[in-house]
Amino acid sequence: MIISRHRPDPSAFPRLIFFVNAALPALLLGWDTLNNRLGANPQEYLIRTTGMLTLILLVATLTIRPLVTISGQPGIMKVRRMAGLFTFFYGSLHALSYAWFDKELNLPLIITDLLRRPFIFLGMFAFILLAPLAATSTHAMIRRLGGRRWKMLHRAIYASAIAAAIHYYLLVRADKQLPLAFAAAILLLLLWRGRVWTRRIGAV
Amino acid sequence: MLIRKPDDIASREITAEKDYLNRRNFIRGGLLVGTAAATTLLYRRLAVPAGSSSPPSPVVSSSLSTELGEAPTGYEDITTYNNFYEFSTSKDGVAPRARNFATRPWTIEVTGMVNRPRTFDLDELLRLGVEERVYRFRCVEAWSMVIPWLGIPLGRLLEAVEPLGSATFVAFQTLFDPQRMPNQRTSVLDWPYVEGLRLDEARHPLTLLSTGLYGRDLLPQNGAPLRLVVPWKYGFKSIKSIVRIELTDRQPRTTWSDLAPDEYGFYSNVNPDVSHPRWSQSRERRIGEWGMRDTLPFNGYADQVASLYQGMDLRRYY
Repeated sequence: MIISRHRPDPSAFPRLIFFVNAALPALLLGWDTLNNRLGANPQEYLIRTTGMLTLILLVATLTIRPLVTISGQPGIMKVRRMAGLFTFFYGSLHALSYAWFDKELNLPLIITDLLRRPFIFLGMFAFILLAPLAATSTHAMIRRLGGRRWKMLHRAIYASAIAAAIHYYLLVRADKQLPLAFAAAILLLLLWRGRVWTRRIGAV
Repeated sequence: MLIRKPDDIASREITAEKDYLNRRNFIRGGLLVGTAAATTLLYRRLAVPAGSSSPPSPVVSSSLSTELGEAPTGYEDITTYNNFYEFSTSKDGVAPRARNFATRPWTIEVTGMVNRPRTFDLDELLRLGVEERVYRFRCVEAWSMVIPWLGIPLGRLLEAVEPLGSATFVAFQTLFDPQRMPNQRTSVLDWPYVEGLRLDEARHPLTLLSTGLYGRDLLPQNGAPLRLVVPWKYGFKSIKSIVRIELTDRQPRTTWSDLAPDEYGFYSNVNPDVSHPRWSQSRERRIGEWGMRDTLPFNGYADQVASLYQGMDLRRYY
């Protein structure tokens, strides 16, 4: 067990739990890839699965703040950075597998796709928005930017989440149950934020 | 065997202290292992690859592969990677949910603008003569297969009912029975699934009413006991589990163009130059291959069928 007895850190264990569970799907997917167990259309399977995982991690990241408030366990808060980085990690796998398997890394093809198809554009938009957030996730960067500016910048995750939800919704032809479920979850989490913000503005 | 002397310290003392220290770690260890197991199980349950990426089945004879010059897709893949929304909207969900779908007894009503309307029993239909045809199969979702079908040329069935001179279209309908096709209880599509062809397309020698593949009867997930195969059109035109065929003089309604007319046209001929609004149709992934292939006009059957559409603007009539 990696828990220090000398300086107990209440976030160490939640972080460990989160790390293991967030990394597991990537390990399982990697294992299946090595064993050629990705089905009849492995490329499509990799694109789809990494996309789903990105959305799940994105929702998990947005859930942490309300979870801290509701549970009253501030230790969970420190999981958020890791959750955000895992979102970016799965998002990168998703974007890379799209560019590689669907477009065979052909840049002109990717650009045409981006310009012609709103759902591709929104997906790429959602992903690119996450890059500066991942890059400024260290303590040093928070200090350099200053807490206020850092916070403003990191609100970009809401725009990314909305774009990601629409990206998924536009992709599906008939059975929109799952995209709607993700959109509903993201909307709910945004409304929760909105409620907190309006209350804060009201207090000032 | 080594016999050790008991320790000097009473064991009671040690355990009492260790219990206290370990209790927390024990719970945490349990949580860690428990959640990891749950995540693994959940992942295994939700992320199910469709098909098996198996090598082509040995059932196929060498003559089949040379006929088209392209290797047939593996039997496993053809029978586990399926779009059949009557059972499930996920490709991997169709085969398990269709397993117990009963395909006998089965009758097909052929009606409308014909001299001899008739309801065929499946066995009667088979007596019209089953042939083997190896066709490319191109899904509108930009993947493709090569499938050794068994089937009856649709033209032969039409001859048997004698279409009236005024008939110009053929409408097809899938079975509607939510008891047997459980996903018909949802409103994912406007059931029953309907499709249509122009009469000259239906009479074209390439058009097949398929009853089997790889020398065996069709499995439910592939549209048993009887499905259409129109190899130069996108796969969704090849309607499955047909119970009714009607000849008419009006262009029939078709399920997908009803749902999204801007995405799926009545003709839906394979055309690399007309993109689907959400993706390009210029290339395709042949199941079993790593890279992409160029998609061919009319799915490679232009020599045989392009004349059917002479003078038509294929961008308009997509």
